[in-house]
Parts: sequence; C-alpha cells; structure tokens
Amino acid sequence: MNRFVAWFHRWGSPKHFYDMSGRWAPWMAGLFFLTFIPGLYYSLIGSPPDYQQGESARIMYIHVPAAWMSMFIYAVMAIAGAVTLIWKMKLADIVAQVSAPIGASFTLLALVTGSLWGKPMWGTYWVWDARLTSELILLFLFLGYIALTTSIDDKRQAARAGAVLALVGVVNLPIIHYSVEWWSTLHQPSTVKVMGKSAIHMSMLIPLLLMSFAFKFYYAWVVLISARAEVLDRDKGTRWAEEAAGEKGR
Amino acid sequence: MNSTVAANEPRLAQAFVTLLRRDLLLAFRRPAEIANPLLFFVIVVTLFPLGIGPEPNTLQTIAPGVIWVAALLASMLSLDGMFRTDFDDGALEQILLSPHPLSVLVLAKVIAHWMISGLPLILLSPLLGLFMNLPAESIVALVLTLLLGTPVLSLIGSIGTALTVGLRKGGVLLSLLVLPLYIPVLIFAASAVEVAGVGFSIAAQLSFLGALLALALTLAPVATAASLRISVS
Repeated sequence: MNRFVAWFHRWGSPKHFYDMSGRWAPWMAGLFFLTFIPGLYYSLIGSPPDYQQGESARIMYIHVPAAWMSMFIYAVMAIAGAVTLIWKMKLADIVAQVSAPIGASFTLLALVTGSLWGKPMWGTYWVWDARLTSELILLFLFLGYIALTTSIDDKRQAARAGAVLALVGVVNLPIIHYSVEWWSTLHQPSTVKVMGKSAIHMSMLIPLLLMSFAFKFYYAWVVLISARAEVLDRDKGTRWAEEAAGEKGR
Repeated sequence: MNSTVAANEPRLAQAFVTLLRRDLLLAFRRPAEIANPLLFFVIVVTLFPLGIGPEPNTLQTIAPGVIWVAALLASMLSLDGMFRTDFDDGALEQILLSPHPLSVLVLAKVIAHWMISGLPLILLSPLLGLFMNLPAESIVALVLTLLLGTPVLSLIGSIGTALTVGLRKGGVLLSLLVLPLYIPVLIFAASAVEVAGVGFSIAAQLSFLGALLALALTLAPVATAASLRISVS
C-alpha cells in the first residue's frame, strides 16, 4: 500500500481526526486573525472610497467573499457527499453535515449585505437581480439539506441521504443559475447594473483578497472545531472518546 | 443475459410493463387520489381572479405564472403517493430485491405517476387558460410546455420522494427539497406561455424544456434508485 493511500485511510479513523484537528484548529484560527485584522483595516480605513459608490462600496469586502464562500461550501458538501457515497468515509459525511449551517450562514450574510448595499445603490433593499435570486435559491438548497439531514434520526442514513441531495443540488445549481440569469434579462429593464465591470484597482483588490482568505480560514477553523465535537459525539461510549472527553473535563 | 436466469425470471421489459400496469391499476382503483390534486389545481387557479380581481388584462398577465405554479404545487401534492403505499406494505422492498436494475423499475413507477397526475393536468389546462383569459396561442403553448415540463416535475420529484419516504412527516420536507429544483422548469415554461401570447416564437423555451427533460430522464432515475436504497436500508 503506498503512502498516500495509507494517509487517506488514516483519516477514516475518528481518533486520528480528533487528534489532528485539535492540532490544526489553533493554526487555522491564527491564520484567520492574521488575515482578518489587516483585511478589516484595509477594507474599512486603508482603501479609498469608490468614486461612484462612495463609502457604501466597502460592503463589497464582506459581501463578495461571503458569496464566494457560499458556493465554495456547497461544492465542498457535494464533494464530501460523493466521498461518503463512494468510499463510505465517516469523516466526509461529518464534514458535509457541519458545513451546511456554516454555508447557510454565509449565504444569508451575502444576501443581507447585498440588500444593504442595494438600498443606497438601487434605492431598494431587494431587486430580482439574477445573482441575488440565485443566491436566495442557494440558501433554500442549504436549508433543504439541513432540514433533510436533521429529520432522519439514523446518522449514517442521514449522511447518505444528504449526500445524494447535495449531488443533485450541484447538478442543478448551474442550470438554476443560468435559467435565472436568462429570466432576469428577459424581465428586467437594463437600468440595473451590478457595478460597471471595470478592472478592480489594486487598493481594493488587496482587502478583497485578504478578506476572502480570512473567510476561508474561518471556515476551516469552524469546520474543524464542530467536526471534532461531532466525531466525539458519534463515538461516545467508545474508550478513546471517553478518554478524550475526560481529558477536557479535568 | 444468462439463459438460466431468463428461464425463471421475468425479463426486464416484462417487469417494466408489469410494474407500470400494476401502478396504473392501483391508481384507477382509487380514483379519488387521482382527482384530488386535479381539483386542487383548479381551485388554486380559481382563487387568483377572486383575490386579484376579474380585470381581463391583469389576469392575462399573471396567468402563465399562476397556472404553472399551481401545476407545480399539484404535482408535488401527488408525489407523496409515488412510493408511500409500496413502502408501507413492503412492496418496495420486493422491488429493491428484484434482479433487474432498480433505476429502470423506478422509471416505470415515475411514468405511471406522470400518467396519473401529469396527463390529466395537461388535459385540464386549456380550460384554466380560458378562465384566465389567455389567447389561443398561449393556450397551445401552455399545453406544449406542460407536456414537456410535467414529466420533469415527476422525475425530479421522485428523487425527493425517495429521500423522504421513510420519514413520518415527509410531506412538508418534500416541498422544501423539491421546489427549488423546479425553478428552471417554471421559468422556461411560464416564459413560453407569456411570449406566445405576444406572438413570438417559443422554440427556444421548448428546446430548453426538452433539454431539461432529457437530462432528468437520464439522471433522475439513477439518483432515485440510490435514494430508495438509502431510505429502505
């Protein structure tokens, strides 16, 4: 057995994951703060206001990374779902299941910031813009996943059902996205334009990238922590779990 | 295929037809279950003129969306029956145990479901088009889009039904899972009906619906089969 396969298999062991995630979580937290604090500084203070949109353009530094994360996390869930169905890896379904609420939160964050930005820009909190609409549908998909997995009592069955749903969703997501785009170009007057797509200036790109890395690290951090708790919960009663939990209690 | 198996096992086509006939027969023995979603469809569409007012132009504007949304809801109502009784009496396990590919057998059940729920809906739709003051071109478009769209609804719906069949309160959950996936069908179909009323060609929308049907026809039975195996395990 080559080393990669051995490495891959070790991740199937809950105890190994528990130990490794305990070691990695602080690093992820550190990286998050390392990118988030300067990112916040540059996006709120260190960057110039947009010459057209003024200060409200700063919402973008939260909005855009949150929207990216929402799609990224759905992709992670679908990949984890495929791994669950193909290799029956316990860890993958744990990752998918703890990712869902985080993904839903990022989607909600993107929607809320989007509508807050829309108020000064478009004069209204909600516009049936193609991207906003598909983001809203993405939120529905996340909530549907959560609703399904929480209503099945058997954890293994819940994981596999969720995996199928995530895969079905991932096949549908591009179709939904493009049909919504097509629909909005048909229905909407072209007065609404999401930012005149000019090349983004360096002074704005840096905080945007910092923030998007910060969001990624935050996600990694939170997934590790909650997956750790989930691993411990699922293996409760086993010796290693009792020992690990006892260690914390002391 | 192994000849010894063929001797005492029914062939796939035979199993397919048997299952289809059985489902249809079961449905015709309980005609109320066919009629109820249809009645729901008609009543929902009737409520809109009452709520909005009988102004013909307004009705004509909202008609494509209203009729299609009502069709989505009606087809969703009937979805729950697709696997529920078979799950309760154990017939579903027998289907799962059969030597034939489950996805093909699932397709038979989906087709039966469509013939029971989708087809009557299509036959009834011109009447609702008249209710809503749609022009003749739009009514033709409505029938065509329903013809292409309702099978997609049954196919996508079968995945959600298969995932929730083992659950006590599957009904509401089913709608949460399935309705977002229905959106592309709704968009293209309602737009076709609307555009037809103005006199434009609806070839593009019909092509999209056809593409969705082809995709759903190939992928959905596989996903439904996988979901059934998960739910029944």
